[in-house]
Amino acid sequence: MPRDTRVRGRSRALAAVLLALALLLTACTAESGDGKGPVRLRFQSLAWQQESVEVNRKLVDEWNAAHPDVQVEYVQGNWDGVHDQLLTSFEGGEAPDIIHDASDDLADFAYGGYLADLRGLLPDRLKKDIPRRTWGTTEFGDGVYGVPFLQEPRVLIADADRLRESGVRIPTPERPWSWREFGQVTERLSGKGRYGVAWPLKDPVSATLNLSMSAGGKLFHRGADGKVDIRFGAGDAVMPRTVRDQVNKDRSAARTTLGMSASETLPGLFGGKYAMVPLGFSFRQQVVQQAPKGFDWQVLPAPAGSEGLTQGVSPQTLSIAEDSPHKKEAMAFIDFLLRPANMVRLALGDWMLPTGTQALADPALHTTEHDWATGTALARHLSPAPAQTVRGYPEWKDKIATPALQEFYSGAIGLRELRGRLEEDGNLVLARYQR
Amino acid sequence: MSPLLTGRKAGTGRKARTGRATHTSPATRTSPATRAAQYAALLGYLVFLAVPFLWLLSTAFKPARELGSLHPTWIPKDPTLENFRQAFDEQPLLDAAWNSFVTAASASVVAVLLATPLAYTIARRRTLLSRLSTAWVVISQAFPFVLLIIPLFLILKELRLIDSRPGLIMVYVVWALPFALWMLVGYVRAVPPELEEAAAVDGAGRLRTLVFVTAPLLAPGIAATALFAFVSAWNEFFFALVLLKSPEKQTLPVVLTHFLGAEGAADLGPLAAAALLATLPSLVLFAFLQRRITSGLLAGAVKS
Repeated sequence: MPRDTRVRGRSRALAAVLLALALLLTACTAESGDGKGPVRLRFQSLAWQQESVEVNRKLVDEWNAAHPDVQVEYVQGNWDGVHDQLLTSFEGGEAPDIIHDASDDLADFAYGGYLADLRGLLPDRLKKDIPRRTWGTTEFGDGVYGVPFLQEPRVLIADADRLRESGVRIPTPERPWSWREFGQVTERLSGKGRYGVAWPLKDPVSATLNLSMSAGGKLFHRGADGKVDIRFGAGDAVMPRTVRDQVNKDRSAARTTLGMSASETLPGLFGGKYAMVPLGFSFRQQVVQQAPKGFDWQVLPAPAGSEGLTQGVSPQTLSIAEDSPHKKEAMAFIDFLLRPANMVRLALGDWMLPTGTQALADPALHTTEHDWATGTALARHLSPAPAQTVRGYPEWKDKIATPALQEFYSGAIGLRELRGRLEEDGNLVLARYQR
Repeated sequence: MSPLLTGRKAGTGRKARTGRATHTSPATRTSPATRAAQYAALLGYLVFLAVPFLWLLSTAFKPARELGSLHPTWIPKDPTLENFRQAFDEQPLLDAAWNSFVTAASASVVAVLLATPLAYTIARRRTLLSRLSTAWVVISQAFPFVLLIIPLFLILKELRLIDSRPGLIMVYVVWALPFALWMLVGYVRAVPPELEEAAAVDGAGRLRTLVFVTAPLLAPGIAATALFAFVSAWNEFFFALVLLKSPEKQTLPVVLTHFLGAEGAADLGPLAAAALLATLPSLVLFAFLQRRITSGLLAGAVKS
């Protein structure tokens, strides 16, 4: 190799090393610490849709402008991995002061002593504004560990043209379909490679438990000693049996969607393959974004059973870290964020329903545009999800219920086998958490 | 200077080897059918690797209405840059990419600087300690992240390295080191000790031998190891999610999850556009280093 080439090569290598070291030095630049001054709070939000992030940021700015002595820093969190991230932060004493999460994720944190009991902090206005049953989603033991503020019912998003063409009765919150009628309707809407419904059941547990409440399904039964056991009763079987029959018996539900997530079923709805898809109310935003021009869609209430339109929900919540030295200020910020007018802004940004009764009465949430009114009419039927306060639920869900329900829906096992696995195997799991 | 140190002798050896390599035995010659099958398998593998990337590319340029189509096409009917505009509007992607680059580059440099002498020692000195080190390297790969993260978090907190790039770099170095070490030990063992002995005979000291004889032969291995460390740090999500709090320090994989909602909801177009951006540095780096690694591997292929 000629000497000048070697020298050039070494110079390049040296330059590369210097550049890398320079990068390292840049990276290692010391962070400046906070001096004394106003109280500083960190608010970790899981808002992710553009409008929702904008509303949250604006509200934080408004608070900061009006409260120079209590400054809130907006921190963008992620739904993906939030549980592990919070758990680590709690263990390390570095948790955000104000925490946005879902109520079904709070049990372990609340029982673990990581979240502040809000009973002595909650203002009367907020206590009264949110219905008693909704507070049940954030009550663990004797304490209240979060303020539920947004929630969404599961609804049927339907191809309006196909419903009209078929001549089926269009359900309303006042006159919903029964589960039986729903099965008949989907059968009528099926044929020639088209299906009446597509059930996105990649994660079947939440949908099954929450919709089963309409038929009196409860599954988790708490005894006088406070311990929970699993009993799969007649009410628990109504919804799963309907879906299984749709998939395996009359073929009015598409088998392929059993392994899909909710978003993945939308192209089939737009393309006329499915007449209806059961989705969360907030999925309307994706429908508005992605539906082809001229696609006429509408929101229908989920089928009703012996308990009417009742269904379980896990609202989004705002909690305060037990380690936060400024709990009063944090609650004052939450109170500001959840004033009725602000709650409406948050709800519109997230395409969800507010939990506050005053916010729910706002005319902006009762319009026929995007069927807001249908969802709002369902709000009074929403109850805490059955597994809300059950310790060990995540393990039961992942190890027992998810595979059992997937096998049941696909037709691999029958109702007796499903009941056996949910009850016997499930109670063994729960017992470990309740010793 | 010794001919060995100037590389002339190595060049001669390479020529001689090339000559020997051309004497292929008829028994090992590949039949046309086998060759065709090999090419078919290679093509299949390339397609398998390329499909996700091409789909990502296609999705990034599709308008929202096409994303919802029941009959998706490979080539967008109405290509748009709207997803990129939206992605950049909604999230600080360039800042996040810079954060990822600084962190990954720093981690890979430090990992290589630490791993190279360690690997040399393990490969050349076959003591009980080196065998134990190798065993530890293998075992350490089996620890799940969730087991490590809380103790790691507490240690970094004591060191005041939570929410700091040096803390994350340190984690990535520790994380990449075992595998980097493992890789480099293999490369060091491939360098014949006779070359170092010859340099010693020619009067070169240990350091000079390491720098001018061993290191150039290890260059492709070092490049490959650095690339591995860079890519693994560039793609890493969980440690970055847990250890960094300030929005301005977040890395690209963490920022990408801001396009995801609960229950599988996703802002697919902007997510694909941002993910495409995230794949580019790795691709560019591979394209840049691939030739050097390959040529270096051949240059270092000395048969003892």
